[in-house]
Amino acid sequence: MQYLAPTSVDSAIAALTDAAGQARILAGGTDLLVQMKSDMIAPEVLVDIKRIPGLREIAREAGGWRIGAAVSGAEFTEHADLCADWPGLAEAFDLIGSTQVQGRCTLAGNLCNASPAADSVPAMVAADAVARIVGPKGTRDVPVAEIPVAPGKTSLAPGEFVTSIFLPARAPRAADAYLRFIPRTEMDIAVASAGISLTLDDDGRCVAARVALGAVAPTVLLVEEAAAALIGTKLEAAALAALAQACESAATPIDDKRGTVAFRKQVVGVLARRAAEIAKTRAEERA
Amino acid sequence: MSKIHVKTRINGEAAEFLCEPDETLLEALRDRLHLTGTKEGCGSGDCGACSVTVNGRLVASCLMLAAEAEGAEIGTIEGLAKGAELDVLQRKFVEHAALQCGICTPGFLVASKALLEKNPDPTEEEVRYWLAGNLCRCTGYDKIIRAVLDAAAEMRGA
Repeated sequence: MQYLAPTSVDSAIAALTDAAGQARILAGGTDLLVQMKSDMIAPEVLVDIKRIPGLREIAREAGGWRIGAAVSGAEFTEHADLCADWPGLAEAFDLIGSTQVQGRCTLAGNLCNASPAADSVPAMVAADAVARIVGPKGTRDVPVAEIPVAPGKTSLAPGEFVTSIFLPARAPRAADAYLRFIPRTEMDIAVASAGISLTLDDDGRCVAARVALGAVAPTVLLVEEAAAALIGTKLEAAALAALAQACESAATPIDDKRGTVAFRKQVVGVLARRAAEIAKTRAEERA
Repeated sequence: MSKIHVKTRINGEAAEFLCEPDETLLEALRDRLHLTGTKEGCGSGDCGACSVTVNGRLVASCLMLAAEAEGAEIGTIEGLAKGAELDVLQRKFVEHAALQCGICTPGFLVASKALLEKNPDPTEEEVRYWLAGNLCRCTGYDKIIRAVLDAAAEMRGA
């Protein structure tokens, strides 16, 4: 195996395309090294992107935020202004692994690992985050929801990799929230999860919403019916019940040792309802 | 395959080594630099026994390649005591009997040190969450948590 640490995007693309065998991107390595050690993968080339300028930076852009692909969870959650805009994504990112994992793990890595239970991905989809992808054919910006296509598989072409995640500008009365169910309080994988981002008008009426569910389908689900249940309401009991029902209906989970189909469907509705209430409170407090 | 030459600083002193491309920082610390205080527990980032700091950030050295350490400032358990004088945390672990077999102890100490540098006055809950990635199969954690809180109190008073 070869280890390369290019200092430009172009040389990283060249390293990926020139590789004789499998090449993998190394950012935080918290999934990659585990997979290598357990012989799930045996890459010929590792391309460490942490020495590429800008990839470890959090920057303001067009009223939103650009998060470099190598920014760690700890760096994200220590950034007060960023967390004030996206508290739900911050809490989702922070749920990944231990303090030690937080020192290295990245949003782009969580996304490209393509686990259906990835904690940051429903929150990013709810945030309408956009991944910037570079490759031999140039640069493209792709909604985060379109990156995972199946467990462990992404829509990235050979030679492509994510350089950053963009979070759009926030309206004054807008906020997000993320909740997951695990059978303990820390260090576990989501059995079901929900990320919600919503915007309120001056009267407290919901004018925009995005509802994303994790661990209840092969990929993250963006549930438009669930968002529609909130838009135009003040999140009264009936609207929250309709939200939960829409999430239950959209979920197509599997039965496994961590939860049954019936349990996951019911719980994901409950999580969505609670996350919506948290997001609403946060949006009101921002105003 | 040629070895990779890595220059780094460990516990404040310049250190260089040659490593294989797929060698972890944990392996380089133990087998090349003979800093065997850092322990291998699970080898998959679950137990925290191999905790070190990299540029001040707590990481699992089993989930980092040695080659990635180029130019980095590494902190290990060997950097805690000043000569024969134990760090406050080490002394409190002894006083509270916060260890039995000792394999997890260096990881707990390095992780606790990183916590107290970031937050000198943590609540018990904050200590428990911070150390959730450090597993101990002997003590049951209570003594460890008490030792960390006591060390924090003494460090604030000093």
